[in-house]
Amino acid sequence: MNLNISAFASGLTFGLGLIVSQMINPVKVLSFLDVLGNWDLSLALVMAGALLTLGFLQWLIQKSAKHSHSAIAMKHATPKKNDSKLIIGSSLFGIGWGLSGLCPGPALMGLSSGLFGSYVFIATMLIGFLLFNRLHHKP
Amino acid sequence: MTFLTVVTALGGGILIGLAAAILLFFNNRNAGISGIAAGLIKPWQQDSHWRLAFIIGLVISAPLWRLLVGDISIQINTPLSVLAIAGLLVGYGVQLGGGCTSGHGICGNARLSPRSIVATLTFMITAGITVYIVRHVF
Repeated sequence: MNLNISAFASGLTFGLGLIVSQMINPVKVLSFLDVLGNWDLSLALVMAGALLTLGFLQWLIQKSAKHSHSAIAMKHATPKKNDSKLIIGSSLFGIGWGLSGLCPGPALMGLSSGLFGSYVFIATMLIGFLLFNRLHHKP
Repeated sequence: MTFLTVVTALGGGILIGLAAAILLFFNNRNAGISGIAAGLIKPWQQDSHWRLAFIIGLVISAPLWRLLVGDISIQINTPLSVLAIAGLLVGYGVQLGGGCTSGHGICGNARLSPRSIVATLTFMITAGITVYIVRHVF
């Protein structure tokens, strides 16, 4: 299959999943993160559904190991040492996620929903990407 | 939590898992949205095409749903100044940490990657603490 078509299909399906599960809605995400408030555990169920599905399909793909893609994305997942970056980066991401209820997927989907807040968030998120490239990939 | 919410949460999760499996099977790529998006701000190359195709599919899903199915509820109650700071933290943080809720939270955890498990626990905890401080301390 054409790689662009499969990537498009994947993005579209991902988006539909975020809509169906309501994870596109930051208020819904925040009510999961607010464990000591009126806790809504939807996000945990979404993750469970996604992990079980992907885990099972991954196992199927690997089982039919004749498939040329059997090395499944492992090359993209080579463990990089430097756990402090992993912890610091994930901590900062968590703070931003907790402040807004937005992570990159739902934020990008907000762009086609006409929400000004999404544009602000995406603009500064792109600045964050550029800042990272500036600081960590010196030419 | 109603029965319907349980069904839509699990159903949506299954779609997300399916989406990640499609990208893994056909493109041999992880459906880490921050990584896919960040690859697009670099100079254009062959690799940029599928990234753009993925993002277009993702972004178009919402208007398509509105056209064919119905309304989508999205509420952003966070002040714009806070959103600006949050975006910056998310953008820099996901790059430094090597993934977000999709890359680490779904793809990495489905492979049982220790780094992804650590990353997921870390951002869940800091996000939870942040929400606690914002909602219950101030």
